[in-house]
Amino acid sequence: MSRIRVLVGTRKGAFILTADGRRQQWEVNGPLFAGWEMYHLKGSPVAPERLYASQTSGWFGQQVQRSDDGGKTWEQVDNKFHYEGVPGTHQWYDGTQHPWEFKRIWHLEPSLTDPDTVYAGAEDAALFKSQDGGKSWQELSGLRNAKGHLWQPGAGGMCVHTVLLDPSNPSRVFVAISAAGVFRTDDAGQTWQAANRGLKSPYELPDPDAEVGHCVHRIAMHRSRPGVLFMQKHWDVMRSDNAGDSWSEISGNLPSDFGFPIDVHAHEPETIYVVPIKSDSEHFPPDGKLRVYRSRAGGNEWEALTEGLPQKDCYVNVLRDAMAVDALDPCGVYFGTTGGQVYASADNGDTWSAIVRDLPAVLSVEVQTLP
Amino acid sequence: MIRVVLPYHLRTLARVDGEVELEVEGPPSLRSVLDALEARYPSLCGTIREHGTLQRRPFVRFFACKEDLSHEPPDALLPAAITTGAEPFMIVGAMAGG
Repeated sequence: MSRIRVLVGTRKGAFILTADGRRQQWEVNGPLFAGWEMYHLKGSPVAPERLYASQTSGWFGQQVQRSDDGGKTWEQVDNKFHYEGVPGTHQWYDGTQHPWEFKRIWHLEPSLTDPDTVYAGAEDAALFKSQDGGKSWQELSGLRNAKGHLWQPGAGGMCVHTVLLDPSNPSRVFVAISAAGVFRTDDAGQTWQAANRGLKSPYELPDPDAEVGHCVHRIAMHRSRPGVLFMQKHWDVMRSDNAGDSWSEISGNLPSDFGFPIDVHAHEPETIYVVPIKSDSEHFPPDGKLRVYRSRAGGNEWEALTEGLPQKDCYVNVLRDAMAVDALDPCGVYFGTTGGQVYASADNGDTWSAIVRDLPAVLSVEVQTLP
Repeated sequence: MIRVVLPYHLRTLARVDGEVELEVEGPPSLRSVLDALEARYPSLCGTIREHGTLQRRPFVRFFACKEDLSHEPPDALLPAAITTGAEPFMIVGAMAGG
């Protein structure tokens, strides 16, 4: 029987949750790296025992950890993230230009084919790549040439938080940056184009249709259709059917189109999940009801999934990297909250239960489906 | 022999228990002690001082003999009691409320 391993990053350490394929009985291991902010952990798709973890601290800076035994033991790898060349400047809060400064790694994306190749999304926004298992990092600096001087930090910082690798085209990578937007390379990271046509940000930007500057919270794709992208923006849920060349809104009947995560069902490319949040300042579910919304039509028509989730007095948030799906059938869906709960559904989202309820605030959730 | 006290999280990264003892050539300064520490424990590179600039990270403090040496120039010599090992050189995570 398959096994499931859920990798949870929190404000004060990492946790590894494991279960068999029934996904009923869970073992909770952790905290690993107790006391550190664990922004993200992710396993290699081709060598699932190889895990990468971003470990960071306001006191002691950035570390990257690597495991080759599924998280039982860890090895500290390189933590030097140098911006290539003269780093230059980006837009600052007061309208002036501000030098690029490395702060932390938000997201680690292992290669689809090589366990030693991994991408790292950084704040201040940049994409780094390692081809030696994290022992050294090189910036793909062409990304910052895509009008980087116009990017600006949102309230959460200016970070590369999403990296999507195209399974059908190793030269194509998408990244999403807060607050800059979506960018795509078709030449393995040498050059990048903004991919934000159709996004509208009337409350955040003086030009609602600006080429860059949109606060994209998350993008997702299904492996079988890498040209179809789904997006949770600051406000608005969007989709693109042409690899980001243009976007259209699919918020439909959602109670709020603000939110952070978005994900795609493992076997149904038109089934997507979001967690509506009341507003940009009220980071909690509308009406105190924690509801995942599912669309089985690729957007516009959404249904609330509530069974097993708190339906009163719930004021947690679900952050952008804190939702994931497994590869079993029926598909498992998982998300973590800022209140420390990790919820799981073993039936496509129809019903939910908490694997664990009292962790530190959850920053990220990734799921591995193991043989 | 220089005795260095590391904060908990850096002891974990360096995989050491208790104090670290370092040999430093010549009169020890902040710079030479930290150079020796990072040479012995490369896992600490970037955690106390920034890569490249070697500037102290903002929320790291250096204490010795009941004095805060955090703002001393890197080549300032450490007190004699540190040099002899009578007192430890302390690397501390700054207080953070909340």
